[in-house]
Amino acid sequence: MNQQRRDFLRKAGLGALAGIGAAAGMLPLFALEKTDMTVFTDKPVPGKVRWGMLVDTRKCREGCNECVVRCHHDHNVPDFGKSKNEVKWIWKSRYEEAFPTASKQFQSPDVENRNVLTLCNHCAEPPCTRACPTEATFRRWDGIVSMDYHRCIGCRFCMAACPYGSRSFNWQDPRPAVKELSATYPTRERGVVEKCNFCSERLVKGQLPACVESCAGNALTFGDLNDPGSELRKMLAANETMQRKPELGTLPSVFYII
Amino acid sequence: MIEKALKGSRGYWAWVALLLVLIGLGISAYARQMSLGLGVTGMGRDISWGVYIAQFTFLVGVAASAVMVVLPYYLHNQKAFSKIVIVGEFLAVSAALMCMLFILADMGRPDRVLNVLRYPSPHSMVFWDVMVLNGYLFINLISGWAVLGAEKKGVPPAPWTRPLIYLSIPWAFSIHTVTAFLFAGLPSRHLWLTAVLAPRFLASAFAAGTAILILLTFILRKVASFDAGQEARNKLAVLSAYAGVANFFLLGTEFFTAFYSNVPQHKQSLQYLYFGLEGHAPFVPWMWLSLIMGLVSVGLLISPSIRRQNSWLIAACVGLVLSIWIDKGVGLVIGGFVPTPLEAIVDYVPTATELSVTLGIWSIGLLVLTVLLKTAIAVKTQE
Repeated sequence: MNQQRRDFLRKAGLGALAGIGAAAGMLPLFALEKTDMTVFTDKPVPGKVRWGMLVDTRKCREGCNECVVRCHHDHNVPDFGKSKNEVKWIWKSRYEEAFPTASKQFQSPDVENRNVLTLCNHCAEPPCTRACPTEATFRRWDGIVSMDYHRCIGCRFCMAACPYGSRSFNWQDPRPAVKELSATYPTRERGVVEKCNFCSERLVKGQLPACVESCAGNALTFGDLNDPGSELRKMLAANETMQRKPELGTLPSVFYII
Repeated sequence: MIEKALKGSRGYWAWVALLLVLIGLGISAYARQMSLGLGVTGMGRDISWGVYIAQFTFLVGVAASAVMVVLPYYLHNQKAFSKIVIVGEFLAVSAALMCMLFILADMGRPDRVLNVLRYPSPHSMVFWDVMVLNGYLFINLISGWAVLGAEKKGVPPAPWTRPLIYLSIPWAFSIHTVTAFLFAGLPSRHLWLTAVLAPRFLASAFAAGTAILILLTFILRKVASFDAGQEARNKLAVLSAYAGVANFFLLGTEFFTAFYSNVPQHKQSLQYLYFGLEGHAPFVPWMWLSLIMGLVSVGLLISPSIRRQNSWLIAACVGLVLSIWIDKGVGLVIGGFVPTPLEAIVDYVPTATELSVTLGIWSIGLLVLTVLLKTAIAVKTQE
């Protein structure tokens, strides 16, 4: 066998191997590590589902902070106390703070002192995603306003745009301030914005959001706002509810019974 | 041409050395910010922008005001501006550069700044601002430099400079309009959510920017024996005066709408800035100083007999620049965050680190301006 021929065979062999390798990547049948194709068969239809929540403030127990603790633990939210560097995904506010434009004279003391759970509203018309210059925050196919921590440049336009104060910036390295590391959600880096994600990492596994699951008083109802038969929609139809700052046209997906 | 900036008097080099020291201070403060995070600034969850964005806003105005010499000279053939036009263009270059540095200093992840170009998002005003600011810097640098180079060789400027200069005129308006839109489109920041924000930005920019140009001509006359001419100064003083009138008129309309309508959300930020809100009044003396100083300065500039006296002209220009700097470079941005979306009143105090970075960026801008103007004056005086 002459040198030229040997070279040709070697190159052809390498080419064939490369071809098989490429095909294996593209065609899951040949893949060494099988891709779970079922994930792709139920490709989400944008706008079909719109996740929402109803907070029944009457059932929210005084002094109970279980949902906040559970959420902040599961999502590795750092604890900087009540400092200017505070990071929070869900927290309790007073009625007047949560609904500043719905305050009224001679409010009943019960409502005036009531704690209202505040979190990202996952608006149908979110001002934050409009302001973001890199699509690092975006509205998902299921209505969840999500964050890409790897794309965020930390300009904080979304924070200026959010009418609900639902967004936090990592003013310092969050990792040392995570008390007990949870394996359920990745930690973040300094310099990016974060917020409630409606537990998209749990929804994909068919679980309810951590706050909903942890509420002993059943004050939180989670469901699909686009499904007229959902428990959530039935409760919205049966009760007088409120959204935060409805006059801004953001169409929040979080509702409240006062 | 740039080699002309390497030859200067003792005073010139002392000034450059001072700026370099301040830049060094700024860089070391920035290094601290980079290693510890933006938590070393006074900014926080509630007041999430501070001095950096406020300086950026003020300086976009300074950059835009170059149009006040470019437009009369190139469109209306006002020969009085022939010596000052390059000063205006180079002031715009250094101001636009400072704007970009302030944005970078404010970013949590400056290493990802190119994401703005990698994932262009026309729905975001930041995307447009990055486009127009970069464009404006280069338009002014290229056209100013080319015209200056032609002057050095004693030939008429290349024909392509003319359309570029014409382009810079609407472009100047665009940079400050887009900067106003950064703020004016955010739904629940009521101090900013006003249609007159863009016109007011332009008016305050043309007032402060031209006043800075007038002051620059006095400085250049003193330190470089380069006189842009009394006629140019007088014309600029008139422009500055009426832009100032427009600015304070627009501010007055803000007050009327907020307080006559009596809508709490519209009043609160103005109350916080000018009268104090629920016992918080950190900006009240500053805002009144700004208002009174600004009105008096505009009054001085309007009177022809007063503005023709150089000492009064200088005083009025200094007053107007400081007034607008307090209003736009401090009050507007920080006041917009108070009260917070949850009706809290949070005070903001910048830290030493933050102020050092700010000083450093101003020094970089001044150094670039010094070098550019040194070159320009050397060419113009044929040293």
